[in-house]
Amino acid sequence: MDIEINGARILATFEDVPLFGTVQISQTLLVSWIVMILISALCIWLGSNLRVTGISRKQAVAEMLYTSLVKFVRGNMGPNFDRYIPLVGTIFITSIVSNLISLLGIWSPTADLMTELAWALVVFVLITYHKIKASGFGGYMKGFLDPIAVMAPLNVMSELFTPISMACRHFGNILSGMVISVLIYAALTVGSSALFGLLGSSLLAALAIALVGGILIFFGKKTGKKFWFVLGIILAVLGVCAALTNLGAAYPWLIVGIPAIPSLYFDWFGGCIQAFIFCTLTTLFIKQAAGD
Amino acid sequence: MTEMQLLARGIALAGCGIGAGLAVIAGIGPGIGEGNCAARACEVIGRNPECKSDVTSTMILGIALSETTGIYGFVTALLLLFAAPGMFMKFLG
Repeated sequence: MDIEINGARILATFEDVPLFGTVQISQTLLVSWIVMILISALCIWLGSNLRVTGISRKQAVAEMLYTSLVKFVRGNMGPNFDRYIPLVGTIFITSIVSNLISLLGIWSPTADLMTELAWALVVFVLITYHKIKASGFGGYMKGFLDPIAVMAPLNVMSELFTPISMACRHFGNILSGMVISVLIYAALTVGSSALFGLLGSSLLAALAIALVGGILIFFGKKTGKKFWFVLGIILAVLGVCAALTNLGAAYPWLIVGIPAIPSLYFDWFGGCIQAFIFCTLTTLFIKQAAGD
Repeated sequence: MTEMQLLARGIALAGCGIGAGLAVIAGIGPGIGEGNCAARACEVIGRNPECKSDVTSTMILGIALSETTGIYGFVTALLLLFAAPGMFMKFLG
């Protein structure tokens, strides 16, 4: 069982570029550009041919997406922060598409901490700007001495920890999903070679299992009992795969379909929730920074 | 490779393994916290069944936020298992 879990692979290296020196193109950069092109194409398509009355279904979907985004931002930040609606929407859709692109087998750029750190840096700059705008630069500095002056290092650390924790939370969830998928695939590959090696060691046994499976399918269909039907399907599939393994066409059949079940939690649920939480925290922190 | 180098490599890898195991103990915290959160949510839904969807979505938000420190421990363990041995082998030659 050879498991390789690495960071983003570096695809190309350019030496002696005039301003930057050595430039390395990694998978993160490439897939980020693909994600950006996908989202831009989607947005251009959704926003084309808009009409005021008699709208098409595409326009109805676009309006529904936009109104839920505006409701989300206004619900968290109040009505005075409309200029942050594009930022929150961008982070949200980029995060969701980047997380879900791993379902297509492509390296997801959010599995690289640098992507999330970039978004968190933008949010940190906005938070600091609003704090300075609310109480002036002197007030911002004095805010670190808030309860007593000895607490200053702790306050500075907690200030710096806010964007880092937002980035690490998102990154950790996506990375753990990726690692668990790799481990599940490796385990199912080993398990399937053991199982079909055992069952397929004699062609007769494999065909007998497939035959029993076929009989049980027929039996289950006739009597209408689901249990025999499902058992028959499982036995027939196992028998056919074992027979194929015996005849030399071995393939780890257990990896077809079974990893989709944990991927429902890790990729779909985890990816969407983390994007939502990043945007919620962005809005709440900016509101809090501008409010006091 | 000399015996001392082998011994040094062995100790470094053993440290990585033990550290990874200790790091995942951080999973206790979110377990207790999220169980608490879900218990209170169930209690509130039992008292007031109409607000089930509101309470559920707030609960999911709270759970995902308090998952953070458990994820920190998990990522530390992953780094120790997969990234640290390569780094240490470069130091030890």
